[in-house]
Amino acid sequence: MTIATIDRAPTAVPTELARGRGGGGPAPKRIVVAYGFWIFILSDMIMFAALFAAYAVLRGNTAGGPSGAELFNLRSVFIETMCLLFSSYTCGLGALSAERRRLDFFLIFGALTFVLGAAFLFIEVSEFAHMVEKGAGPSRSGFLSAFFTLVGMHGFHVASGLIALVYLVAQVIANGLRAAVLRRLLCWSLFWHALDIVWVGVFTLVYLMGAS
Amino acid sequence: MSGTDRLFEDRSPGVEEYEPTASYLSYTVGLGLAIVATIASFVVAQTNLLWAPGVPVGLIVLAFAQIGVHLVFFLQLGSGADHTNNILALAFGMLIVFLVIAGSVWIIANLNSNMMPVSMH
Repeated sequence: MTIATIDRAPTAVPTELARGRGGGGPAPKRIVVAYGFWIFILSDMIMFAALFAAYAVLRGNTAGGPSGAELFNLRSVFIETMCLLFSSYTCGLGALSAERRRLDFFLIFGALTFVLGAAFLFIEVSEFAHMVEKGAGPSRSGFLSAFFTLVGMHGFHVASGLIALVYLVAQVIANGLRAAVLRRLLCWSLFWHALDIVWVGVFTLVYLMGAS
Repeated sequence: MSGTDRLFEDRSPGVEEYEPTASYLSYTVGLGLAIVATIASFVVAQTNLLWAPGVPVGLIVLAFAQIGVHLVFFLQLGSGADHTNNILALAFGMLIVFLVIAGSVWIIANLNSNMMPVSMH
């Protein structure tokens, strides 16, 4: 597999000295791209922080409606958590396989990541539907508005991640594991791991503290 | 040629360097630690293992521990020179997150306690 890419900056210094901090020349493109995407992830975290703050402020305002303790089913939350955690794990293994040019392993781990993420989303959506059915929709109280906004925004991120994963796997199948695709995969795995970190906050603050 | 040499023969030397920082083992260790922290959180929330008023603190400590595990083992944030910029950005992001959440909770709690009693009608 010989692929010519135009993004190789000619460097006069050994690259092991290049760390993007002024000494030793430009950092590898892989490092720079991951840094840019990391900034995006952190700004996304700040948006989630605003939603967490709204939930923390409104969690007691049930307006006579059902509270978290009456609505949350910790058993399915635990299953959701495990789905997302294992999905994060297989995503890491997939990224590692791609880095090591093992296309077969990459496709297996990519499929596992997708199935686990989709299972998470399915459980979450059916819980939402169940709550709306019981009359505990987002318009019932301030608590439920904040709950559906926060958890729904996380679910929306997971759904976008699944769509992006299908798109990336299609790129890998069409173009092979070339450098540009590998960098996109690296960014996607950062995104997916970050979603799992947000979920740690969600299940702790919303579900566990709300139910106990 | 063998091993990593052959895998990366089509690259110009040095530029897209291969960094063997991550390994299957580190992800597996991270998964194990994260599972332990998750199960501990659920147990603490649903049993009387912890003194009841201490449960929220215990949950927050476990959540921070798990976030740390995710950052180190899944996001592979290390102490290497490559990660200096990432760590600095993370520190700034955490500062903003803390200000937004703690500030909102503090201000609204203060407003709530200074509210006039609402008359029901």
